[in-house]
Amino acid sequence: MKSEVLEFFIPDDSNIIEIPLASSSISAGFPSPADDFQEDKISLDKYVVKNKDATFYASLKGTSMIDTGFDEGDILVIDRSLEPTDNKIAVCFVDGDFTVKRVKVTTDGAWLLPYNKDLKPIKITEENTFIIWGIVTYIVKKVI
Amino acid sequence: MFALVDGNNFYASCERVFNPALNNKPLVVLSNNDGCVIARSNEAKLLGIPMGAPAFEYQKLFDQNNVVVKSSNYALYGDMSNRMVNILRQFTPDLEVYSIDESFLQFKGFELFDLNKIGLEMRGRILKWIGIPVSIGLAETKALAKIANKIAKKFPEHTNSVYSIDTEEKRIKALNWTEISDVWGIGRRISKKLQAIGVHNAYQFTQLPDEFVRTQFSVVGLRLKNELEGKSVLQLEEIQPKKNIATTRSFDKMISDLSELKERVSTYSSMCAEKLRRQNSHCNHLMVFIHTNPFREDLPQYSRNIIVKLPYPSNSSITLSQYATKGLEAIFKEGFAYKKAGVIVGGITPSKDYQINLFTNENPNHKELMATIDRLNKKIGSKKLKLASQDPVRTWKMRREKLSPNYTTDINDVIKVKA
Repeated sequence: MKSEVLEFFIPDDSNIIEIPLASSSISAGFPSPADDFQEDKISLDKYVVKNKDATFYASLKGTSMIDTGFDEGDILVIDRSLEPTDNKIAVCFVDGDFTVKRVKVTTDGAWLLPYNKDLKPIKITEENTFIIWGIVTYIVKKVI
Repeated sequence: MFALVDGNNFYASCERVFNPALNNKPLVVLSNNDGCVIARSNEAKLLGIPMGAPAFEYQKLFDQNNVVVKSSNYALYGDMSNRMVNILRQFTPDLEVYSIDESFLQFKGFELFDLNKIGLEMRGRILKWIGIPVSIGLAETKALAKIANKIAKKFPEHTNSVYSIDTEEKRIKALNWTEISDVWGIGRRISKKLQAIGVHNAYQFTQLPDEFVRTQFSVVGLRLKNELEGKSVLQLEEIQPKKNIATTRSFDKMISDLSELKERVSTYSSMCAEKLRRQNSHCNHLMVFIHTNPFREDLPQYSRNIIVKLPYPSNSSITLSQYATKGLEAIFKEGFAYKKAGVIVGGITPSKDYQINLFTNENPNHKELMATIDRLNKKIGSKKLKLASQDPVRTWKMRREKLSPNYTTDINDVIKVKA
């Protein structure tokens, strides 16, 4: 004889995906004409971070880059996956300190170019411990 | 083909990424509570500092050799580990996270590709993007990939830290090179047993008859033999809920008082319950242990544990705390200075497979209550809402005197750059 089997299924809620509720109530009359035009919200994170696994942040101290708009307290967005070509602005590690400068690589070595009319370019020689740590892609600035 | 990718001296390497001044210097990372050495840079290994070295015993050697000592920073290591796994997933969808610093990758349908080249590319990308050096072993089976990884790590200048066992000749050479005690899955007891019958390296192990291996070392041993012979039997394991969840701590001072111990055990069991709820599972039993400080030979020593079977599966802080406290009362002895206690929960089953007991069941209100506690703690900051058996003021103070900043997870801790 075939026995009857009663099975209970319990919903697995381990993977709940929250979806923004787009529809407005229809009971109050005419539905909102904006419903058809629901778009994603703007994400600054998405805009500023192109490669999240290679992106790190730093905070800035000092005035050597002041003429190009880098101010003390700014947050630097650093992408380590980019190459230091075309005189990009890079975070470098020089003789025990992190510093940010425009990096110019020539046949006879590297130059760190400040953006401050009172400061001179710095030549990196073999005597220095020098690492190009990552490329600065954005700066985040507090205005008020 | 399988690949085993693992970060070289992972914790030490993570520290160095954000503090390159530590490059080429001896560096050790200590366990929770700054107890013992759990990671060493190559320079520290050369000084003869062993894995697990108690920090206080080696303090003099650290001082004499200018060894940089760091407390473990799991927020940082966890974040770097996630980044590493994400980068590896760009190369193949088939990946098993084996530990915080090790992943197995499987390459299906890559027969026409030069996997050694892909290995070098993976290594290069991880080093450039997140600054972590890795070693990569490639082979037909997971056990062989593990051995290939060891070769890559041992001979970085010959292999560029990527080694592939892709011919029969290389396989035999690698197995002959591998001591039996170093083979993945062979513990100290089994390796002693094997050495007693003249098996000293992995190759000799593969020369034993199948039937003998099965009877002596069970089907697990036979599987390992097959793997070492190049027949793949171990697959990538999918992520599954943890089999055991533990919360154990050394105290910042000795505790002799039962009520104070009860408070600790209650807190640890609540933490286990929280972890269970986070992964939607219940436990069926728990173990409580207490012990004195084994390094204080001048004091009387005592250590015991007890397993408590729960009447029904639970992930309620109240239930776990109740039964753990009962367990503690059963093993507690007056007159000892306790240094460490812990709660380990086991028999973990997914909540959706919950077995209803005919006679005793958990108060159904617990489920609602726990969900509310979790929600509130998430909102107002963790651990604000506690059981009455927990100390309302005491927050766990881990000894982390040499803790580096949370460079990647706290905006106030990011690296400071001079302009």
